[in-house]
Amino acid sequence: TKQKENTTPPGNLIALRLRMFLEIINLLLPERAERSKSGSQSSRCGETRPPSDPSELRGVPPKSGVLEAELGLRRHDFRQDRSFVARFARDRGSFVLPRDACFPCTDPAVSVKHSGQAINSDPSQFGVLGKPTASTEIAPSAARVESLTSFQHKEKQHSLISFSGGQFENWGESMADASPRTDTSTDVDTDDKNQRLERGQLAFAAASDSSDRSKDKTLDQKTLRRLAQNREAARKSRLRKKGIFISSSGDQSHATGGNGALTFDVEYARWLEEHNRQISELRAAVNAHASENDLRVIVDGVMAHYDEIFRLKGIAAKADVFHILSGMWKTPAERCFLWLGGFRSSELLKLLANQLEPLTEQQMMGICNLQQSSQQAEDALSQGMEALQQSLSETLAGSLGPSGTSGNVANYMGQMAMAMGKLGTLENFLHQADNLRQQTLQQMHRILTTRQSARALLAISDYFSRLRALSSLWLARPQE
Amino acid sequence: MDKVMKLASQKAVVIFSLSSCCMCHTVKSLFHDLGVDAAVYELDEDPRGREMEKALAKLVGRNPPVPAVFIGGKPVGSTDRIMSLHLGGKLVPLLRDAGALWV
Repeated sequence: TKQKENTTPPGNLIALRLRMFLEIINLLLPERAERSKSGSQSSRCGETRPPSDPSELRGVPPKSGVLEAELGLRRHDFRQDRSFVARFARDRGSFVLPRDACFPCTDPAVSVKHSGQAINSDPSQFGVLGKPTASTEIAPSAARVESLTSFQHKEKQHSLISFSGGQFENWGESMADASPRTDTSTDVDTDDKNQRLERGQLAFAAASDSSDRSKDKTLDQKTLRRLAQNREAARKSRLRKKGIFISSSGDQSHATGGNGALTFDVEYARWLEEHNRQISELRAAVNAHASENDLRVIVDGVMAHYDEIFRLKGIAAKADVFHILSGMWKTPAERCFLWLGGFRSSELLKLLANQLEPLTEQQMMGICNLQQSSQQAEDALSQGMEALQQSLSETLAGSLGPSGTSGNVANYMGQMAMAMGKLGTLENFLHQADNLRQQTLQQMHRILTTRQSARALLAISDYFSRLRALSSLWLARPQE
Repeated sequence: MDKVMKLASQKAVVIFSLSSCCMCHTVKSLFHDLGVDAAVYELDEDPRGREMEKALAKLVGRNPPVPAVFIGGKPVGSTDRIMSLHLGGKLVPLLRDAGALWV
């Protein structure tokens, strides 16, 4: 396959990095790329024809491939591209590619051949890529990556799961913005993760170290400062999660006013930590081909833990419904896709449809119907919310007009009281939305086998993990 | 109560609502989306609305009792129940049995 010249000017680094992550997102949501390409709605079940060529993925320069993008390899300025991610990851611990990254076990001959050559344990491979080289040196490895990409693409339906070979996905978590108040804080178990990651293969990190050492002196002051801020924020985040309240100027006002919100934030951070631990355990069990019974125990644990967050949200909503609805307890990218205080079940099911094959006819029908039902329920709730907004604005507008007379004051009070009553139903809507999310997960679990449920839960967790990673990277991007 | 039950059995799907209730709007919206032509009674617009509301509240054990959905003359429940049934794939068969859906 011919490699087209990358025509993007080297100065446009930010756009390249963003494109890299858009590609990652497109990998996760092929139908999104598909939809934008064809301009039409996907079928009601969210089934889409997978792009027959990786370059059809939106935003990907022709022939460059998704895998190449994820590794930040580009013919001309991959060093600069990779180095941002590498520096960032290095600050949070090594960036590890597990042994079986990208390749499911269906064709051992092929996977061994490819993984042996291109990504795997040989740091010198990356050493070659990491050094400044003429294009002739890059070409062979790029060609290998090309064939990798096409192989990976054939096994596309497994890509989400098998890519998440372990430490790779958790890299996102170690960067995750667990505390919404500081935009650069990191997850509490950064240190734990760092140690765990370092025990694994250091191919990528080793390479990036060797290539970046010479670049260290060119690291700009802004980035260094931001990295230091990240470390400080991570420290604060760890303390906060232990329940120690950090009083710096500005936090005092939060203490009194935002107690419900703050409490929930802490609880959510703890919940997330436990969730990630469970997911790691699940992933290990799946990769080790654990027995049905062993898997079931872990899967049931994950499901029960999901029940827990819905319970916590319900309690928090009574204290501060706006905080939950606003999604301030989530990272920015997650917040972008927020619907009524959480994720959209129907979108999640669309994501899973491709990941879960092979499904029986009956299962396929079940998932399809569930996706449609949840979509209809979501639409109905959205309609209700719109009606609420409309009603609220009519109530508030009703008291507008020349003020001054006592009659108008009484009117004003009356309208406000009515508005307050309407606001009370917000909690009801949030409750319905969370019920919808919880029950969709439960129905999905009922339709699938234990093993399929395990893979589904891994895919869901990894998807959100990547969103969180995206948030962190975005917040830390160098702004010129 | 008699009036409630009488009205409830007059059509395959009957929804008791309050015009100011936004959750009622949600339920109405859902049935509309499913292609169901439900009979909707706004209790705040009915002269005997207050009595019916009280009777309904006793029946469902909740105040305000709306939205209250009856399918095939039988009380099915409020938003919670309707959503659960739908996600479980049981709402549509129920509607079909009651003759509320043609497909």
